[in-house]
Amino acid sequence: MHRALLLALLALGLLAGPLHAVQPDEMLPDAAQEARARQLSKELRCMVCQNQSIDDSDAPLAKDLRLLVRERIKAGDSDGQVMDFLVSRYGEFVLLRPTLHGANIVLWLAPFLVLVVGGAGLWLAYRRRGSRPAPTAPLSNEEEEKLRRVLSENSGDVTKL
Amino acid sequence: MNPEIGHYALVLALAVAILQTVIPIWGARVGDAALMRVGPALAVAFFGFVSLAFAVLTVAYVQSDFSVLNVVENSHSLKPMLFKITGVWGNHEGSMLLWVLVLALFGAMVALFGSNLPATLKANVLGVQGSVGVAFLLFILLTSNPFIRVMPAPAEGQDLNPVLQDIGLAIHPPLLYLGYVGFSITFAFAVAALIDGRIDAAWARWVRPWALAAWAFLTVGIAMGSYWAYYELGWGGWWFWDPVENASLMPWFAGTALIHSAVVMEKRDALKVWTLLLAILAFSLSLLGTFLVRSGVLTSVHAFATDPTRGVFILGILVFFIGGSLALYALRAPMLRQGGIFAPISREGALVLNNLLLTAAAAAVLIGTLYPLALESWNGAKITVGPPYFNLTVGALMLPVLFAMPFGPLLAWKRGDLAGAAQRLMSALAVGILIALAAAYMQGGGPLLAPLGMGLAAFIVIGAVVDIAERGGIGRVPAATAFARLRGLPRASYGAALAHAGVGVCLFGIIAETSWNAERITGLKIGESFEVGGYELTLARVEPRNGPNYRDLAGVFTIRRGGTEIGTIESSKRLFTARNMPTTEAGIRTFGFSQLYVSLGDELPGGGIGVRAYWKPFVTLIWLGAVIMALGGALSLSDRRLRIGAPKPAKTKPIKDKPASKPDAAPAPAE
Repeated sequence: MHRALLLALLALGLLAGPLHAVQPDEMLPDAAQEARARQLSKELRCMVCQNQSIDDSDAPLAKDLRLLVRERIKAGDSDGQVMDFLVSRYGEFVLLRPTLHGANIVLWLAPFLVLVVGGAGLWLAYRRRGSRPAPTAPLSNEEEEKLRRVLSENSGDVTKL
Repeated sequence: MNPEIGHYALVLALAVAILQTVIPIWGARVGDAALMRVGPALAVAFFGFVSLAFAVLTVAYVQSDFSVLNVVENSHSLKPMLFKITGVWGNHEGSMLLWVLVLALFGAMVALFGSNLPATLKANVLGVQGSVGVAFLLFILLTSNPFIRVMPAPAEGQDLNPVLQDIGLAIHPPLLYLGYVGFSITFAFAVAALIDGRIDAAWARWVRPWALAAWAFLTVGIAMGSYWAYYELGWGGWWFWDPVENASLMPWFAGTALIHSAVVMEKRDALKVWTLLLAILAFSLSLLGTFLVRSGVLTSVHAFATDPTRGVFILGILVFFIGGSLALYALRAPMLRQGGIFAPISREGALVLNNLLLTAAAAAVLIGTLYPLALESWNGAKITVGPPYFNLTVGALMLPVLFAMPFGPLLAWKRGDLAGAAQRLMSALAVGILIALAAAYMQGGGPLLAPLGMGLAAFIVIGAVVDIAERGGIGRVPAATAFARLRGLPRASYGAALAHAGVGVCLFGIIAETSWNAERITGLKIGESFEVGGYELTLARVEPRNGPNYRDLAGVFTIRRGGTEIGTIESSKRLFTARNMPTTEAGIRTFGFSQLYVSLGDELPGGGIGVRAYWKPFVTLIWLGAVIMALGGALSLSDRRLRIGAPKPAKTKPIKDKPASKPDAAPAPAE
């Protein structure tokens, strides 16, 4: 009866619509291989989606890519080979983790460059400021004399200074 | 009400904003007190007109006035009343109107409560605030008018995007805007100080509460957005490094740096120029966030505006305000006098380190968000900067911040004693190590990152407790004395400790959820069961339901633990009839701080239904931690010093207790 209900709803179009992310029937029987596939899927972008990995996405393309990843893994590809295969097919756009070549080095280093440059700037500012209050010149003879006079007048009562 | 009244109110608001920009600043320039006094009245009038416009639009939504295009496009007569109201800002035009409304509200608050501000500063602040209003009102009137009519009026509207038909829309955007736009006040203060060419500790005392309030709102706003995405999108994720999320995270980092450097400025009269720059940066990043979200330049999960003319307009606003304020900064900042010298190892030094790392984190998010755009326009290459990049860079920059956090408050101003602080943190460190060991034991192998992270989280939480205990002198002075001292501590001290503890709580949730969560994806027929995270779930029934503007297919699961039934969990797929769009309504049950999360999939070819279930240990701590942070901010905000601008008068003489041995241990009553 429930099955009939499900089918009826399916017919109503209630259950149609985008597919759900990873489907049970997509999964590989070998748990280790499946775990690898999941891990790789999280690093791959669903190209037609807005900022989703193929692991999260409902889009048909993401499903195709998930199946493709699993196919390559079943065929005995290493993780690196699977990624290389996808990049050769779809370009670096598919990688959620940008590579470390060419201009991307700037991308990876920039935050730390901000840190280093900022730190260096702060250090320089500190050094400059540290030296700014010039060492106080020693008291001249007259000043020493004046100080002694003042001190003796008040005979040690500091509060009156 | 007639929509044209709203339109007209916006035009009047624009006129008022123009006056508000020109007259007070002119008055401050020529030293005319009468001209300066016009500012507050104009700011209140500006708020009044924008409120009227907002009210008119709200009425149009409530009455389902389908002669207004904006209502047609985003509402439906069958939509529940709550979503009719929240739908006002669930679209581009309306959300910009809310933005300006919040801006006007803050301007009016400065006008009404800023009676003890120096006259020229107040005039300049209101003027700058007015100029931001002019820019955004022009934007609304020229490119995003919510009051445009449609002829002939359709009989029914197109309904609101179903993902947005949620209580989250009532909470998340207003809070986020209170945060974003709250930084407009600190920005206005910064620019006003630059125009004035004068800045002092009193300035910081004024700016700090605004920065704190904006920061607290932004913190909760981001956390609520995260929770909303978590339960509504049905993927079980709570942070996606989506450009829109990044847009709110950047001002958050800058704002966090700002509330810390403002402390240094207020207490020690140091870091003035830097605090000023942070105030400018925080709002600039808010503007940039507005640009990224509103222009649709980075199409993302949330983007619901894609119109290049708008993008160019906001870009213009962006260039004017960021460029203008930074140019003014470059021109005027060198003239500002620096004060307060300190050693690198000191409270100030710790706060500088915090500022440096937080700013670098904001830069990492900014660079990662904009790099693909820049690269594509440079050589046409399309690449993606996804979560792995942000996790690595922001994570690496946050780690030292988190580790240094308990040390900062234990260091003295001017010159601190790191070894002494470390010694006082021994108990916290011991608890941290204990928790790490316990976590490693429970985990039984696997990556060490999780136990270490949990240990760090515990270290931060206990470190915050140690901070307060040390201020009270617990263990060093008689209990009564310590109690009296604790009572005398300013609320800002408790607020800071609470916020720091919140960071630890949040970190614990993040680490626990990411490393210990369990996931099950399976196909299920009625009566069948599966296990996740030690709970056994059985699909009891699948039933169709009807809502006001949707049809629901709900799967009801019974939950068993150790063979005994402990409740049910309901997950559904919902189809909104007007747009024929499905959404997932994840089933969530909370056990302690952990959650069981069930999301319903599709009918499977072999019979049964796809189910994705998660066990998410300590996941609620992520948002709870953020709420604790914001509560810390609110507690600090309620400090008399910030409200009245003066410390509490000492009723009795501060209790003398070996003041020489720990000069930093009891700074409270004297502050």
